[in-house]
Amino acid sequence: MGAQLRVYRQKIRSAQTTKKITRAMELISASRIQKAQARMAASGPYARAVTRAVSAVATYSNVDHVLTTERENPTRAAVVVFTSDRGLAGAFSSQVIREANELRTRLEDEGREVVNYLVGRKAVSYFAFRRRAVEKQWTGNTDQPEFATAKEIADTLVEAFVRGGDNGGVDEIHIVYNRFVSLVTQSPEIVRVLPLEVVDGVEEPGSSDVLPLYEFEPEVDKVLDALLPVYIESRIFNAMLQSAASEHAARQKAMKSASDNADKLILDYTRLANNARQAEITQQISEIVGGADALSSAN
Amino acid sequence: MAELTVSVVSADREVWSGRAKQIVARTTEGEIGVLPGHEPLLGILSAGEVRITPTEGDVIVAKAEDGFLSVENNTVTIVAGAAALV
Repeated sequence: MGAQLRVYRQKIRSAQTTKKITRAMELISASRIQKAQARMAASGPYARAVTRAVSAVATYSNVDHVLTTERENPTRAAVVVFTSDRGLAGAFSSQVIREANELRTRLEDEGREVVNYLVGRKAVSYFAFRRRAVEKQWTGNTDQPEFATAKEIADTLVEAFVRGGDNGGVDEIHIVYNRFVSLVTQSPEIVRVLPLEVVDGVEEPGSSDVLPLYEFEPEVDKVLDALLPVYIESRIFNAMLQSAASEHAARQKAMKSASDNADKLILDYTRLANNARQAEITQQISEIVGGADALSSAN
Repeated sequence: MAELTVSVVSADREVWSGRAKQIVARTTEGEIGVLPGHEPLLGILSAGEVRITPTEGDVIVAKAEDGFLSVENNTVTIVAGAAALV
């Protein structure tokens, strides 16, 4: 077999092996994305209930709560970046990191020191490579987030926020994550969770239904004390679920185009290999014919 | 007779929903009973159980630690990160 032909066959085999892997990953993501979307939908009632309760308290009370008031001179801002643990998901992690970098530049221009909190191994390795300081990190279950992790993150953040920027805590909390728009679109999004700007949310209660005048038990500020951390938890958990669903969607898309590309490579190399084989045969024939001619003319 | 529409919600799913005659919960202030027609209320739950008497069937007991209870317009929502039926 000719050297050229062997090279092409090798390339075809390599593309076939790659395709097997990417195809498998595509199928895995396709099946997991259903589950991730179902989880997102299942967490809806909780998010709605919490949002509604917080807006009820915020609307019907004029209490100045530590979590709702804006600090006068914010010095430190926390940025929480939600990425994935594993790569091979297209621009999933890099677009969030890019967005986080823009936010960081903006905050630093406004004179705030940025404190980094990271979720997902990709963000951790990005920051470690650039030797940037990281306050705290969580890795291990970005594709199937658990509520306990969200609670842990929220507790850390609220604690740092209550401590305040002057005492080594933070004055603001921003989160950057991939919002799941549809199976083909996942857009990175920055949300400031603390201090609360408006009680917004994906599931905002319709403006038409008026919130009733509530009785609070115990007092309003105690209720707010208890509710706001829960609200932060639910926002973080929501971001994690959205990020997980986006991760699967992004990976499915990336792996599909990788498989398609492998198909194309296999086809191209098969053509080239056939060509090379044919050329080899033609050459052999002409050699034999040439040899026979030479022998007969020598006689 | 009026009924209460109840849902017990945890962070990742709706644990139970249905119609009920009465709900007894323990807030930080003490036990509170909710009957149809109760005024709007937002209460923080303390450790303990929430007892729901459905219109049909036996009493349902739910654990809703560190959660809250909201009542409005005969709709009761019991919310806790780790709510579960006992």
